[in-house]
Amino acid sequence: MTDDKTTALPIGSVADLLAYAYRIEIDALERYRMLADQMEVHNNPELASLFRDLAGHEEKHAQEILRQAGEEGIADIPEHEFEWGTAESPEAADLDAAHYRMTPWHALQMALAAEKRAHGFFDHIVVSVDDPDVRKWAEEFRAEEAEHVELVERLLSRHEPPAKGWDADDDPPILQE
Amino acid sequence: MSQTAPVKSSDYKSEVKPVWCPGCGDYHVLLSITKAFAALQLPSEDVAVISGIGCSSRLPAYLDCYGFHGVHGRALPLGTGLKVARPDLTVLVAGGDGDGFSIGGNHFLHACRRNIDLTYVVMNNRVYGMTKGQPSPTTEPDWDSALSPGGTGLSPFHPLVIALASGANFVARAFSGDIKGTTGMLIEAIEHPGFSFVEVLSPCVTFRPDQRGWKNAVHPAPVEATDDPARAARRIMSDDGFNIGVLYRGTRSAYDLSRAEAGEVGEFDRMFEI
Amino acid sequence: MAPEITRENAVSVALTGSGGAGVMTAGGLLFDAAAKFGCYGLQTRSVGPQIRGGESAALLSFSDRPVETRSDCFDLLLALDWNNFKSFSAEIALGAGSVVVADPKAGDFPDMVREAPGTVVEIPVQEIADEISGGRANMVALGIAAAAIGLPYDVVGALIGGKLAGKGEAAIAASLACVEAGYGHGSDLPDIPKVRGTEYAPGDRWLLTGNEAAALGAVRGGVRFAAAYPITPATEILEWLAPALSKVGGKLLQAEDELASINMVIGASFGGVPSLTATSGPGLALMTESIGLATASEVPVVVIDVMRGGPSTGIPTKSEQSDLNIAIYGLHGDAPHIVAAPISLADCLFTTQWAVHLAEAMQVPTIVLSDQFIGQARMIVDRPADIAFFAQRRRAETCDAETRRYALTADGISPMPIPGTPGGQYTADGLEHSPSGTPSSRAEDHLSQLAKRRDKIEDFDYGGHWAEIEGGGDFVVVTWGSTSAAVREAASRVREHGIRVKTVAIRLLAPLNADALMAELEDATRVLVVEQTDGAQFYHYLRSRCHLPRDTLAMHHPGPLTLTPAEIEREILKEHRL
Repeated sequence: MTDDKTTALPIGSVADLLAYAYRIEIDALERYRMLADQMEVHNNPELASLFRDLAGHEEKHAQEILRQAGEEGIADIPEHEFEWGTAESPEAADLDAAHYRMTPWHALQMALAAEKRAHGFFDHIVVSVDDPDVRKWAEEFRAEEAEHVELVERLLSRHEPPAKGWDADDDPPILQE
Repeated sequence: MSQTAPVKSSDYKSEVKPVWCPGCGDYHVLLSITKAFAALQLPSEDVAVISGIGCSSRLPAYLDCYGFHGVHGRALPLGTGLKVARPDLTVLVAGGDGDGFSIGGNHFLHACRRNIDLTYVVMNNRVYGMTKGQPSPTTEPDWDSALSPGGTGLSPFHPLVIALASGANFVARAFSGDIKGTTGMLIEAIEHPGFSFVEVLSPCVTFRPDQRGWKNAVHPAPVEATDDPARAARRIMSDDGFNIGVLYRGTRSAYDLSRAEAGEVGEFDRMFEI
Repeated sequence: MAPEITRENAVSVALTGSGGAGVMTAGGLLFDAAAKFGCYGLQTRSVGPQIRGGESAALLSFSDRPVETRSDCFDLLLALDWNNFKSFSAEIALGAGSVVVADPKAGDFPDMVREAPGTVVEIPVQEIADEISGGRANMVALGIAAAAIGLPYDVVGALIGGKLAGKGEAAIAASLACVEAGYGHGSDLPDIPKVRGTEYAPGDRWLLTGNEAAALGAVRGGVRFAAAYPITPATEILEWLAPALSKVGGKLLQAEDELASINMVIGASFGGVPSLTATSGPGLALMTESIGLATASEVPVVVIDVMRGGPSTGIPTKSEQSDLNIAIYGLHGDAPHIVAAPISLADCLFTTQWAVHLAEAMQVPTIVLSDQFIGQARMIVDRPADIAFFAQRRRAETCDAETRRYALTADGISPMPIPGTPGGQYTADGLEHSPSGTPSSRAEDHLSQLAKRRDKIEDFDYGGHWAEIEGGGDFVVVTWGSTSAAVREAASRVREHGIRVKTVAIRLLAPLNADALMAELEDATRVLVVEQTDGAQFYHYLRSRCHLPRDTLAMHHPGPLTLTPAEIEREILKEHRL
């Protein structure tokens, strides 16, 4: 919806940037947990496990950012004041792409798109921000996201795109109420 | 729940795992609601989420607030009675287009008229999802289904315009995929006095796969919200149905929930004494 | 509580008229004056379907002890005209000592009057009124009737001065002149029984309708929220509650329909406020789905059904007891709930107050079955006793991770977290649920929650209030609701014949205390069940819940007329001779 990459984002300091970086990971991890729960409830245990793993990775990244922030810490920005320039947090996986019969290939496609968006976010900061310290940190985060993109691409290469009819379900929907 | 650290949006989610189909727009709406609550830092014990029956009405159980999953179509009177009895609570009424505009239609009209300080969120997917895909009052006239082959041929219900005509004090249209925008509208809706109505276009992945195209159809409303209900109604009746944003901010006074000082019950005896 | 009901010092008066004649006003003034004078009495009315200008009859009975039933025979019938008189003539029986007063200009007497025993007297009421500036015929009639029953003029005069104070001196003077003129003619009438006032201290006597009593009972019981959708004959309860609730810090909200009003009270009660609505049969029918919701989610509410003639739109202005079935059986699924019914007009206060207490104590909907007869009748009563019953909901005041809204407890009642209480958050649900409230389709949860909801009301100690039992003997009459007064009066008449009768008026209809009822019937040689329904609903209900003797008699007829003491007396005497 609101996808305006031309405006500058309100990141005035390294502390701000770290807050944004941290928030990205938290939003991503919470999103993967949501997806894991959805897969668990819909009896797709392989995907539930995969999403929990992805969530675990995001959690590690989040912890790493806090560690990197050190004593200075990250800026205390209220949740709703983050301005992404996009409809939502860039690395949060796209819920619309979920399907109860989805395969690991689909999940990794979601993850790939998410990592690419995160990469694009930091890239935008690199090219638009003035503060050199902020730019340096942004470059590092961009590089990390690039690594994540490569990692997901490697994982993806191990999976075949699903055959036609992957979403076929012989059973009709069930009336619930 | 700790009152010192700020409440996070994830704190408003309960431990119950939603059973909505993966890909359902309501997941986004759930996120937006939690983010709105977090933005307002509402103590979750002071929030009540009231619903009727349908997929969207499953919402209260997924939030860590007080909730009531009532009967089909009657969420608004449930929420109304609660708010009048307990004006201190923040009351959010939620449901779908079937629950809200078919069986619940009458209550919708009167809730708008009454203008009690509530927020009503309708997740509109233009179908009855829970009962496997029948047309709802907002379904397009040519949408084919088992109960109405070839389409109903009926003019779709226009909830935003009807809300304006009935006296709602705040009217907005949101899109589930636009979490940021929806969150912002919900924050405003909750804070705006009187009856606030937010229609969220929320696609049904199972029965309306055609709604995948909604994310490309929606766009910000071209003009700022008005405080003139007639102007707002004209705009909505002539728009493409995908104008997203706050469309009307009214200035009616909210229903007076104040109470007089409590007198003595014994005083009533005098009414009957000979 | 065993009042000796006889009618030795009773006198009854009927005032009839139409087209704006004002008989209800005149009848009301007569009744109020008699009340001031120290009489007990009962005032009912019969009306046509018009909003205004219709035919109406004010039916009054007075005595030196409480009057609870309509009269078998009217001592005085004062008709301002004969238009549509037949629509209520069945309620105005005349006897040998009856006096009928009519205006000669009103036309021929109806056959019913001409053929009845008694004396007819013609008084030119309209002419008398016309001779007084601003005079009205109904005020002349008031004077005639007051004189005929021996009410002192000053009592009536003082009352009129008070009631018409707002209308100005001229209006008061005109009315007094009419009444005085009426008195002049009234003392010429053939003798009819006179009223006897008894002494009372200020505050000792009340004048109220059953609907007002029920509304007061609700407020005394702790109700502080009501939702209202008007329906005859319940609207007066809601109209009384509207300002009254505000006065005690509560609120009444008008709803768009009964589906809204029942849900509003459920929502308010969920918020912790004892709540109530009132309706009649058609409204109760609409509410049943949501009363089921309150049952399943264990939210207390009180629903008063002021019964009227059914089925469907039925006879809105007349009484019947035919909503028993829907009150008890009307919820889908196994949905045990409480049904109580006042056994008299004055008992509307006690039973409604008790119902609030029961609903709140057990977190369950309670339906109170009143009816049009007691709901809309005006009665002079002794000041009702103050009762201790009050809303006392078991609340979860402090909540933690272990708190379960629908926990299985010893008495089936689980503490309810009220919104605003930290840590107690739960979602109330009509869906079957586990103890935490999470929807569940598991057998274990359904069985245990069904048992919880059933046992909590079956195991509750209702005390002796389940019924009012009077007298003793091997002939037992079982009844409920407004019919109880006629049964009790019939029983006291029968006792004068030396026959021993026990009356059992059941107040708690569901859950039925079958054991206690059977204990009362243990020594019975004959049981008679009396009710005002066509389908003998109460009789069949008792049969289904306990082992009534095989030869139990069912006496029942539907509205529009209530059962009279005389017809019940005849039934008892007839059976006793067998």
